[in-house]
Amino acid sequence: MSSKTINIIVKIWRQTGPHAKGNFEDHALKDISTGSSFLEMLDVMNEALANKGKEPIAFDHDCREGICGMCGAVVNGTAHGPEKETTLCQLHMRSFKDGDTIIIEPFRATGFPIVKDLIVDRSALDSIIQAGGFISVNTGSPQDANSILIPQHIAEQAMDAAACIGCGACAAACPNAAPMLFIGAKISQLALLPQGQQEARTRAVSMVGCMDENGFGNCGNERVCENVCPKGISIRHIARMNREYLKGAFAQSD
Amino acid sequence: MQLDSKIPEGPLAEKWDKARFSNKLVNPANKRKYEVIVVGTGLAGGAAAATLGELGYNVKSFCIQDSARRAHSIAAQGGINAAKNYQGDGDSIFRLFYDTIKGGDFRAREANVYRLAQVANNIIDQGVAQGIPFAREYGGTLANRSFGGAQVSRTFYARGQTGQQLLIGAYSAMMRQVAAGKVTLHTRQEMIDLVVVDGEAKGIITRNLITGEIERHSAHAVVLATGGYGNVYFLSTNAMASNVTAAWRAHKRGAGFANPCMVQIHPTCIPVHGDSQSKLTLMSESLRNDGRVWVPKNANETRKAADIPESERDYYLERKYPSFGNLVPRDVASRNAKQACDDGLGVGETKLGVYLDFSEAIQRDGLDVILRKYGNLFHMYEKITASNPTKEPMMIYPAVHYTMGGLWVDYELMTTVPGLYAAGEANFSDHGANRLGASALMQGLADGYFVLPYTIGNYLAKVAPEPTNTNHEAFDEAENSARELTTKLLKNTGSGKSGLKTVDYYHKKLGQVMWDDCGMGRNKEGLEDALKVIPEIREEFWDNVTVPGKGNELNQSLERAGRVADFLEFGELMVRDALEREESCGGHFREESQTEENEAKRDDENFSHVSVWEHKGEGNKPVMHKEALAFENVTPSQRSYK
Repeated sequence: MSSKTINIIVKIWRQTGPHAKGNFEDHALKDISTGSSFLEMLDVMNEALANKGKEPIAFDHDCREGICGMCGAVVNGTAHGPEKETTLCQLHMRSFKDGDTIIIEPFRATGFPIVKDLIVDRSALDSIIQAGGFISVNTGSPQDANSILIPQHIAEQAMDAAACIGCGACAAACPNAAPMLFIGAKISQLALLPQGQQEARTRAVSMVGCMDENGFGNCGNERVCENVCPKGISIRHIARMNREYLKGAFAQSD
Repeated sequence: MQLDSKIPEGPLAEKWDKARFSNKLVNPANKRKYEVIVVGTGLAGGAAAATLGELGYNVKSFCIQDSARRAHSIAAQGGINAAKNYQGDGDSIFRLFYDTIKGGDFRAREANVYRLAQVANNIIDQGVAQGIPFAREYGGTLANRSFGGAQVSRTFYARGQTGQQLLIGAYSAMMRQVAAGKVTLHTRQEMIDLVVVDGEAKGIITRNLITGEIERHSAHAVVLATGGYGNVYFLSTNAMASNVTAAWRAHKRGAGFANPCMVQIHPTCIPVHGDSQSKLTLMSESLRNDGRVWVPKNANETRKAADIPESERDYYLERKYPSFGNLVPRDVASRNAKQACDDGLGVGETKLGVYLDFSEAIQRDGLDVILRKYGNLFHMYEKITASNPTKEPMMIYPAVHYTMGGLWVDYELMTTVPGLYAAGEANFSDHGANRLGASALMQGLADGYFVLPYTIGNYLAKVAPEPTNTNHEAFDEAENSARELTTKLLKNTGSGKSGLKTVDYYHKKLGQVMWDDCGMGRNKEGLEDALKVIPEIREEFWDNVTVPGKGNELNQSLERAGRVADFLEFGELMVRDALEREESCGGHFREESQTEENEAKRDDENFSHVSVWEHKGEGNKPVMHKEALAFENVTPSQRSYK
């Protein structure tokens, strides 16, 4: 765990509100420990700004263990930065070299209006889940858990999809700003499980419809989403979603 | 302050049935006339909001994050307990109850813990029905593992992401109710005061974190599911925004605060890397099933772990606790790691770490098997430390993890303010002085899905189903005091005053005092010293804190300032409580109260009670009340893991 320190230049996006004009601001940072996380580097910068009475850079973050999905920014052109399968909070400064210039921008997608600096509004993702990303079962007394048998490999595939943290990087990275990896993961998880199959006919159509309403684009098989997904979710789940969508669309026209 | 725990009469196993029968019910047609505020969207809050919505109540849900899917319950890795006895290894509801109350070192209520063990099975059923992909055996049945030293395999899990999966389950159920119009979401809203009208909770004051506006919200009842207060230490495994504000402000409005000194310090966390460290990361304690904890026998050891021969290693947990070995409870493992480091035997750059070694397990079971069990944890460790645990031992050190203390609640989860409920980590009720592994998820969901939705009806049935409003003068008063607070926090902004310090500066300063004097080991002298120092830090904070930006906009510095201001008051209460409790129990280790073998010595004669603190106004000493604990079904024994 030996760490050294580096000096870097940060070019970071500042924007006071959704309709304000934004711009990049440059900050030279000295003696950043390579053992620090990326967000701790931002903390150091913000602490310095606050000490000068200036306004720190606003950014979303919470768990800092790569699971809550709150953090995210585009670093040197890549959502969540250069490391594969890594959220921004789990990116460490050892991934950068002394003298590097690091460009930091918010996630950009029509469906994610900028709130301030690096903070964007991802509530559209909640709306998509509200459109059908659940199994309709009330709290009460469902049957004994072991009365639904699920083969191990199916449970594992469902878990691969369920690992989604809802960060929105897929939409931010997609040339069409499509959160289809996010939606595909949820539809696929539920379609794989017997519990989820009762509502399979309506779920995909309804969730994809909600996606359209929120100004997101469609999948063009660019696979950038898969590349930036911090949980390594495969676009195979988008393929399953497409099958579910087709099945649902035909069923609806009956 | 009256403490009526409202524990139903009768045999332990029948109490919950009895309570459900004697509880008043709200007429189904009337449920739609009631509004309930639920603050927090973790397991307890999410589950409560979803279930209350399903029952027909109108729920107003509040969270500080941008979405109801992000609360820190999501970070729980290991699993959730239930006494399904699917493995046929001797588990039962009574055994789960017994293990939980013993694990809590006999400082929790029998009736609450028994109910928890009873409803735990329903949680697993509910989770499966929601589509949670729990781990399975080849034949399709649910898999279990033994966890946290339990002698039976009763822990259900979804890889190392059990908390995430359960939270997304509750979140999905809640989103379904949002679509149905029964739950209204108020994201990025922070509760900054409780509104009490004629002695009953009737609303909250929030700050809209996007616009900075102070808002009023009314309801017939208020539920706080706002988590724990581990961040009083600055460094903890909690999420950055986890805070005590909602609970603390409710306390100042009359809610008793129980056992604030009860904090769990988790033994397997990644050691601190340096000054810019912002939080600590937990490694699931399931790692102790196969990892062996050791330190070098000689202080000033400079060799790499692999170069230190077996004969010069001290596997101190195996040596001191031959029957439990590396699986001793969290508090015992933590104190022993601290002891080793205090003795100069720590490893790593900072010497604040001990080894957790998998080489023997890899040799015994093969790398494949070990990676299947812990692959994602190893991956996470390597990402943070750039060191591969299959090649060199992990380094771990204890970190603040969970707070057993919280708002005092009765059997119905109601605080001392009528109409105000507390659920999950925010209440004190089920874990006593120490929480067992895989019990936090169980309790949060039990409260939210299966307890609160029943008990809240018992209160609402007595409240007139009239529409609520925010016109009462109590709302004016609470809103004004919220505005004054913001003004006070911003008073140095742009003043040009010299010597100003940031919010983090004071938070770190407080955290250091708490860690040193009210951490893993506590003594009278240190605690008394902390009682002098904390008010000094607080005074300095109010004089010299700088909070950039304005009140009427998104201002993360201001959000933190408000939370730290509350930690600065709350920390003092914790210390006071730790000072008052002159015994060692669970996570609370008073150095004056040890056995001859330096193990924790509980004092049932004098301390078999819950300490409940009553706020007596700014500048006045709080008053402590006691709720005596009666054990009718189990006999408190001294824990021994030798």
